Amino acid sequence: MFYREAGQFHTNYGQDSQIFPLRQDRFAILTLLAVAAVVVPYLASDYWLKGLLIPWLIFSLVALGQNILTGYAGQLSLGSAGFMAVGAFACYNFMLRVDGMPFLVAVVLSGLCAAAVGMAFGLPSLRIRGLYLAVATLAAQFFIVWALDKFGWFKNDDPSGVITAQPIVILGHLFDTAQEKYLVVLGIVASLALLAKNMARGATGRAWMAVRDMDVAAEVMGLPLMRTKLQAFAISSFYCGVGGALFAFAYLGTVEPSAFTIDLSFRILFMIIIGGVGTILGSFLGAGFILLLPIFLSVLFHAVLGKAVDASVTSAVELIVFGALIIIFLIVEPHGLARMWQLTKERLRLWPFPH
Amino acid sequence: MFEDGIGRSLRGLMAAVSVAAVALVPTIAHAQAKEQYFGIPSYRVGAFAAGGTGFFGGIIDYLQYVNMKEGGVNGVQMVWAECETEYNAARGVECYQRLLKRGDQQMHIFEPLATPIAYGVLNRVDDDKVVLTQYGYGRSDAADGRVFPWVFSTMTSYWSQISAKLNWIATKEGGIDKLKGKKIAHLYLDSAFGREPLPVMRRLAKDWGFELVEIPVAAPGIEQQAQWLRVRQERPDWITLWGFGAGMNSTAITSAARVNFPREKMVGVWWAGSEEDVLPAGDAAKGYFAAANVPSGKNFPLVQDIEKVVYGGGKGNLSDPKRIGNIYWNRGVTAGIFWVEAVRNGQRIANKRGQTLNGDEMRAGFEALDLSPARLKALGIEGMLPSFKLSCSDHEGSGSIKIIQWDGAKWNIVTPEWVSSDRKMIREMVEESAAKYAAEQKITPRKC
Repeated sequence: MFYREAGQFHTNYGQDSQIFPLRQDRFAILTLLAVAAVVVPYLASDYWLKGLLIPWLIFSLVALGQNILTGYAGQLSLGSAGFMAVGAFACYNFMLRVDGMPFLVAVVLSGLCAAAVGMAFGLPSLRIRGLYLAVATLAAQFFIVWALDKFGWFKNDDPSGVITAQPIVILGHLFDTAQEKYLVVLGIVASLALLAKNMARGATGRAWMAVRDMDVAAEVMGLPLMRTKLQAFAISSFYCGVGGALFAFAYLGTVEPSAFTIDLSFRILFMIIIGGVGTILGSFLGAGFILLLPIFLSVLFHAVLGKAVDASVTSAVELIVFGALIIIFLIVEPHGLARMWQLTKERLRLWPFPH
Repeated sequence: MFEDGIGRSLRGLMAAVSVAAVALVPTIAHAQAKEQYFGIPSYRVGAFAAGGTGFFGGIIDYLQYVNMKEGGVNGVQMVWAECETEYNAARGVECYQRLLKRGDQQMHIFEPLATPIAYGVLNRVDDDKVVLTQYGYGRSDAADGRVFPWVFSTMTSYWSQISAKLNWIATKEGGIDKLKGKKIAHLYLDSAFGREPLPVMRRLAKDWGFELVEIPVAAPGIEQQAQWLRVRQERPDWITLWGFGAGMNSTAITSAARVNFPREKMVGVWWAGSEEDVLPAGDAAKGYFAAANVPSGKNFPLVQDIEKVVYGGGKGNLSDPKRIGNIYWNRGVTAGIFWVEAVRNGQRIANKRGQTLNGDEMRAGFEALDLSPARLKALGIEGMLPSFKLSCSDHEGSGSIKIIQWDGAKWNIVTPEWVSSDRKMIREMVEESAAKYAAEQKITPRKC
């Protein structure tokens, strides 16, 4: 009833090829952004901003990077946490060693560093595919963390082997409070997500998908395989690197290389599997599922059971319920949460008068 | 044990129902009861659950004990909320934020017992006015209270630990001069944690004239064949094992047995010195030494009293009461003592006897921690903690350890007296490192 396209006619190509062809979608996304940028910082408490929203946005960005590589270009990678580490440590070193380095420039540069490293580790993708490629990217994961751990220069020879992020200053303004940091993260994530959406539905994205669906056929049609694959690696690592820089600067503050373990890489991969492989929205939904659901379960169980039940039992039950939910969601919708949302929209178009 | 768990849950449920029933009846007494609120970021599931349940169980048991035995601190009840961190930085930070405020109460002490989480909140505690304690882990240079007003490495940092350990090895060899020409191998987990003691060791190797062989083990530390081959080639006189996790530590011990390296020449870091670390190695672990910030055992009046009062009263936190006196639980109890002593001091200093403290007052109370021999005796923990005193500039306090040895069934204390570190040298290194941190972060150290 509310979600109908009747009466919306596109009279030129521009209208036809916009991101959200439906008026309702455009309205919804603008409202969402406005709420996120204006209302949320005023209403949300420090706990919500610092504990939930900022990490969720950052991991959405990283999942987006993983999704570009794995979801769109079909290259299974297990190195995303490693590329995050490159971004975090690069950003720290740019801020430390270059006098008067603007934060945003440092973030972009650290993304480019991660992109370069990602391309180097993407080279094996020219020869190997699928699970074998995953093993090759595993090398990136271990090598990067090892190198950052091993060589003191990356950490400015800190005896504890950690880096402490410098304050975020943009145009002379110190972004210090939870609200300000949230806005920085939101701005970066929103613009990069918009960029990703546009890449995905443009020629770049179509090239990725052609390679994903059958690389030999793509090559026969004249797509340069090497360029397309390495481009996907570079862009994906760029997103992970920016995510890593934000992870260190806007979220944790003090980071050690071992924060970026293989475990984190797996979690990022699970985010896109649960959220929806090859979708932009899925990255956000999946990050929310993997990151926030356990927290909500934990809050819920603590509120319901409280001190009545042994805390060890509560913690174990949370894990069991979370695991069960993953299985249920994958059985109900193997294509992820984004697909569920899409199906809901299809139904909404007809609601309340299906045929 | 499982039935026991259900029994506990049922008991707990009944308790909750009765609490709810009481809450429905408006009482004046309730409104007057003063409370001091603590947040407990425990980890009860995952790879490190054995340590987490013991340590945080110990803290809760001690807070409970103070409530039951003395009715709180000058009438102020200790209350707490728990949050599961899974030893994971992101979950830990979320827990920190969640625990920070509860109604109009605020958390003022945070002890995650996890390096990643401690680092994750390190930059938040100043603004939130939360004392971050690092019980035997974390940044060694946090001992400099001028640069880290809100962070405490009480009571012994990694640097002090290795210094004390080498002092003990020197006495075993018959003096520092006897160490000249000897060979000490540092077998460590190749991570920031494992490399932390190296600056101290390299410096002492130069000063004392022993040869230091650094043997890294790649994480997670299960694969050690190449390393022990190297041990066979190098034939070190001593090995300092800097491992983490029962897998790495028990593998090191069994590999030592395989290459016939005497276990009596191996000294572990304290995270390689709990019951859980040596039990998987079986008989191979007999004779193995480890450092201990707190010894295990029930041989302390306080431990026995907690067992009687708290567990006797059915309010114990450990689901298996056999773990009372276990090394992780003892560590937890002493951490709880720090908290309660901080409350006591804070009330005295701020002249707020019987009232709830705020963040600044709690910090002042923690900084005034003074565990004199008389105080240790009064608390019933003589020999469980070294005697020490914190100050505005010294946030570490003791720097001493005990050496314990595994006899196949339990840990025995081999140094009845505390083995102290080279306080002067460590302090120098701490100040140098803290000054560098301050310069990088543009912090002006406070005057002390």
